Amino acid sequence: MNDQTNRAGLELDDVRIALGERELVRLSARVGRGKTLTVMGPSGSGKSTLLAYLGGFLDPVFVATGGASVDGVDLIALEAERRRAGILFQDPLLFPHLSVADNIAIAIPQDVRSRAERRAMADAALEDAGMRGFGDRDPDTLSGGQKARVALQRVLLSRPRLLLLDEPFSKLDADLREQTRQMVFSKAAEAGLPVLLVTHDEADARAAGGEVHKVGLA
Amino acid sequence: MRLARLAPPLTLAVLLGPLAFGLAGTLLPAFGYLPELGGRHFTTLHFSALDAVPGIYRSACLSVLVGLVTTLVALGAVAAFVASDLGTPLFSRVRRMISPLLSVPHAAAAFGLAFLIAPSGMIMRLISPWPTGLDRPPDLLIVNDPMALSMMAGLIVKEIPFLFLVTLAALPQTRHPEIMRLGRSLGYGRVAAFLILLWPSLYRQIRLAVFAVVAYATSVVDVALILGPQLPPTLPVRLIEWMNDPQLETRFIASAGAVMQLGVTLVALIAWVGLERIGAALVAIVRDRGRRLRRDGVARAASRALMLSSALAVFGGIAMLALWSVSGLWQFPDALPSGFTFRSWMQALPRMSGPLLTTLTVATLSTLIALVLTILCLEREYETGRGRGRDALLLIYLPLIVPQISFMFGLQVLSIWLGVDASFPALVLAHLVFVLPYVFLSLSDPWRAHDRRHDLIAAGLGMSRARTLIRIRLPMLTRAILTAAAVGFSVSVGQYLPTVLIGAGRLTTVTTEAVALAAGGNRRVIGVYAFMQTLLPFLAFAIATGLPGLLFRNRRGLRV
Repeated sequence: MNDQTNRAGLELDDVRIALGERELVRLSARVGRGKTLTVMGPSGSGKSTLLAYLGGFLDPVFVATGGASVDGVDLIALEAERRRAGILFQDPLLFPHLSVADNIAIAIPQDVRSRAERRAMADAALEDAGMRGFGDRDPDTLSGGQKARVALQRVLLSRPRLLLLDEPFSKLDADLREQTRQMVFSKAAEAGLPVLLVTHDEADARAAGGEVHKVGLA
Repeated sequence: MRLARLAPPLTLAVLLGPLAFGLAGTLLPAFGYLPELGGRHFTTLHFSALDAVPGIYRSACLSVLVGLVTTLVALGAVAAFVASDLGTPLFSRVRRMISPLLSVPHAAAAFGLAFLIAPSGMIMRLISPWPTGLDRPPDLLIVNDPMALSMMAGLIVKEIPFLFLVTLAALPQTRHPEIMRLGRSLGYGRVAAFLILLWPSLYRQIRLAVFAVVAYATSVVDVALILGPQLPPTLPVRLIEWMNDPQLETRFIASAGAVMQLGVTLVALIAWVGLERIGAALVAIVRDRGRRLRRDGVARAASRALMLSSALAVFGGIAMLALWSVSGLWQFPDALPSGFTFRSWMQALPRMSGPLLTTLTVATLSTLIALVLTILCLEREYETGRGRGRDALLLIYLPLIVPQISFMFGLQVLSIWLGVDASFPALVLAHLVFVLPYVFLSLSDPWRAHDRRHDLIAAGLGMSRARTLIRIRLPMLTRAILTAAAVGFSVSVGQYLPTVLIGAGRLTTVTTEAVALAAGGNRRVIGVYAFMQTLLPFLAFAIATGLPGLLFRNRRGLRV
């Protein structure tokens, strides 16, 4: 039992990312379920490469070593699509050719086979986001806040092991930003997901509440 | 995706295999080796025979000249127009007008031009009997003139849209609005600012396409048959005549001629590189003296006139094709036929259905294969993050720069030897060599510009690469894919030489039938065939433009 709790959450074991001779990131950390680790640094400091390494799409020009596991599952050994590393970018990036409901439904794992059930889950997620009846809408007609909520519900329904946030609030205007932060962190805590947040905004780090790791200071 | 791993080698094989084997199949007979016709010993006799052919060097020089003049005028018009009007409302209007011209097959444009400028053509009709006072066509050699002027004109009006679109595709990679503003704020005229600040980096990007134009114009057959000189014709036409000679021994001299054609195109390309140097030196002189060239009104007016008249020539030509195809009696100098009839269509259609079916099937198949290979190659490039190099681009352009006739000859020899001449798969494969580069060039930019983060999100949602490709990337790129398909389709429809050589007269398309009518001079029948030839690519582009709007009518994010 003790062993279980010890290994719960995200564990980064001496992760190092280098570009040529230059080391960009060097980090060991443990992020419990529902907790957030914030990685801060100026643009170009390589903080996003850490997310790319964990997500499984690091550009081959970088050299990365070190272990990363969630609940004892080694992420690095898996292909990107098997890692279940949910990611949110600055832009909500809803798929423009799919309806709002389909944008969410496409994230539901394949073991839910029935079309009706998938649609029902998507509708429930929309209702949860306060967007009941938006399912058949064109995603491009939503407001910025609505798009952010759909993107969050989409990633949550994919049953992720962890959440990777790549400055997800930086393009929102001030009041919407605060609201979206609250929503993302509370949903992640509710789902018991370890979160890795990359940002250059101190306020994001404060809202996240957890540990802060700084990169690229030299 | 495992499948994607096979795509790049397969694509290279499709592009370079026919090129290599074709060149070998040309070189061996040229040096006397073709056992089927009794050639078992290597010899340079056939080159001596070629050397003795009357007027052969005049034909060769004419080809070089056509290649250089065509490219110089077309590129000059495009560059001057972009220089003088980039960012103006006229620019976007001309852009919309010129773009569809790319799909018009060369042969159809050439026929259209001939119908306009011939002594009994539309222009002469419009100015007769008043003010020329003519009531019968003047006895002038306008079409098929010995200087190949009308042939060059026919090529120029078709190469302008090509070079214009290639330039437009390269423009976004330069910071042209800032650079032009900067240049003009330093006191340079538009043309000077463009020439000194923007053109060098722009030209570097379109250089291979320009080479392809030089190569094409030096080795073109169909336009030369329609508009080109006859005594003597340009080199490629003479090669085709030898190729079709029932005396099989002329194959040897034809092969030697195809090797000569390689040399002719090479000479033209070297001369072009020389012209590039001269051009760069001239620009440097203007730049080093700090000349502002603010009074560039004449250059601007000339470039506009050239662009507009080339567009007008193609559109007017197509209108002439349509008009002749439905005309009854039409005497000179009447500007319109005295009656309209569908008789020409009714007579032609039953005979056209076979070639039409071949055209559609070959175009569809070669386009589909090209699309699949291109998409898998780009997918592989995405996975490995490699393959955008200059070398890869050169390989794709290679079949467009090596003269078609020089390796298609060898391929024909090879296909006869393998017993696959006039077979359907061989024809599709021959078209694929030219369809694939255009499909690739047309799809690769939008593919690479696609926001990768959509794929990262999809992977994070647990979707495999194959599923991401099918559910996310392909639908989002529907418009670009359909446009590439339309480009591929029209390239295939327009192919004359590969069809004539590999189809061996037994598999014919609308294009080969149309060009074969050139010698007969029956304008009504030519009108029917050449108009049909124009119609097919036009329909393909109409579908490519219209279908995405219909599929995604409720998706604002996918509108253009």
